[in-house]
Amino acid sequence: MTESKTYSFFLGCVMPNRFPNVEASIRLVLPKLGIELEDLEGASCCPAPGVIRSFSEPTWLALASRNLALAEMAGHDLLTGCNGCYGTFKETLSVIREHPERLKEVQKVFKGMGLKFKGTVEAKHLIELINDINPEEIKTLLTKSLEGIKVGVHYGCHLLKPSKNRPWKQTQRHTFLDELVELTGATSTKYKDKFLCCGAGGGVRGSQVAVSVDIAKEKLDNMIEVGVDCIVNVCSFCHLQYEVSQVQLNKELDEKKYQIPVIYYTQLLGLAMGLDPSELGLGDHMIDTKPLLDKIQGL
Amino acid sequence: MTDKISRETIRNEAMDPDFVDRIVEAGADRLRTCIQCGTCSSVCPSGRRTAFRTRELMRKALLGLKDEVLSSPDLWLCATCLTCLERCPRQIKVTDAIIIMRNMAVEEGYMLPEHRKSSKKLLETGHAVPINAANLEKRKKLGLKEIPPTTHSSKKALADVQKIMERTGFKKLILEDKEEK
Repeated sequence: MTESKTYSFFLGCVMPNRFPNVEASIRLVLPKLGIELEDLEGASCCPAPGVIRSFSEPTWLALASRNLALAEMAGHDLLTGCNGCYGTFKETLSVIREHPERLKEVQKVFKGMGLKFKGTVEAKHLIELINDINPEEIKTLLTKSLEGIKVGVHYGCHLLKPSKNRPWKQTQRHTFLDELVELTGATSTKYKDKFLCCGAGGGVRGSQVAVSVDIAKEKLDNMIEVGVDCIVNVCSFCHLQYEVSQVQLNKELDEKKYQIPVIYYTQLLGLAMGLDPSELGLGDHMIDTKPLLDKIQGL
Repeated sequence: MTDKISRETIRNEAMDPDFVDRIVEAGADRLRTCIQCGTCSSVCPSGRRTAFRTRELMRKALLGLKDEVLSSPDLWLCATCLTCLERCPRQIKVTDAIIIMRNMAVEEGYMLPEHRKSSKKLLETGHAVPINAANLEKRKKLGLKEIPPTTHSSKKALADVQKIMERTGFKKLILEDKEEK
């Protein structure tokens, strides 16, 4: 990789506290791509854009600003691997930049805490950084082709929307993640309603679990229909939704239909780099990843 | 006057003209330009499987049916996927409007018990989803710092976060002994 750059790694809640295996894969793979991670000591919940923001928007803005301030004071841009946290930080920066009085309100709340915050820091999603690297450079790091693996790509909503406040090309049909998946030799398989929400956000997972799981079921059924070997996602909350919902659905329907391994992008990339699956946290999934790993081993 | 026509009357007293003003002022500009086309409902993932209709919610907001909107559990069926906001031909920030109305609902005491529970966890730990024994063990096994380097490992950080929540009124909002509506 050309030159490395350091980022303040924001963990959030779901990744360190429920899916540390995803965190392990990020910490292992990103430095190989020239992305150095520094812990954002003392960070809190982002807080969640559809939940805490729905209860008390000023609290959401202040806590999000605190996390951003910690990165700003460390002198790095903030890096997240969760679409929800990404949404919170992108929207917070947009609010305080467009409405200076909101920044003042936040600074007032920070009084006496030693938090300096001007809002000059940027928030990045790790897939944004990976997407900015020349794909040919990434390919030089890959030792194991995943050719023959059929992937159901799930982007997630807050990674892409609101599109006015996101760095991607203006389109409703993105392809960048499919291209990053296909770098490994795997195939991104077309499936029905690929851009549909996973159903976890907005407090729906927490309070209307039947509706939430039913949305996930629709996506899972669509992926099963085209015979994917795994789901690839870039969001710890979508990751949770697909892992937990499959377990719930199997229990509820008393069958074993839902067995799609749920893989975070850095886990997939790590496999293509020839890294040890257990170091990538692939032994710690709720849905067994062995069928996928066996298939990859046999390639 | 009586007749045999069955009615679903929108009562004049139920309409609060200030309601829509407050939503617009809080950031959902262009809400008044809604033409009731139904695009929002047609792209809604929750609407596909429930009676939740985004278009109806926008219409009720415009009519000022404050109590009906704020007390309705439907308000909490939006997964904030933002598809309606993207597709709205009038560029109305539909999702923002819903979030603004949710803030008003919580202020009036309409908070779902599960949401109060996550909020309490945030107040106590700085995380809406805090660490647990199983994941401490997993972290250790994976060679990660056993306790994440977040508010979980810093008393000062947690104290700051709690202070912020006190100053913004969140602590009072969540812990207040309001009767669950």
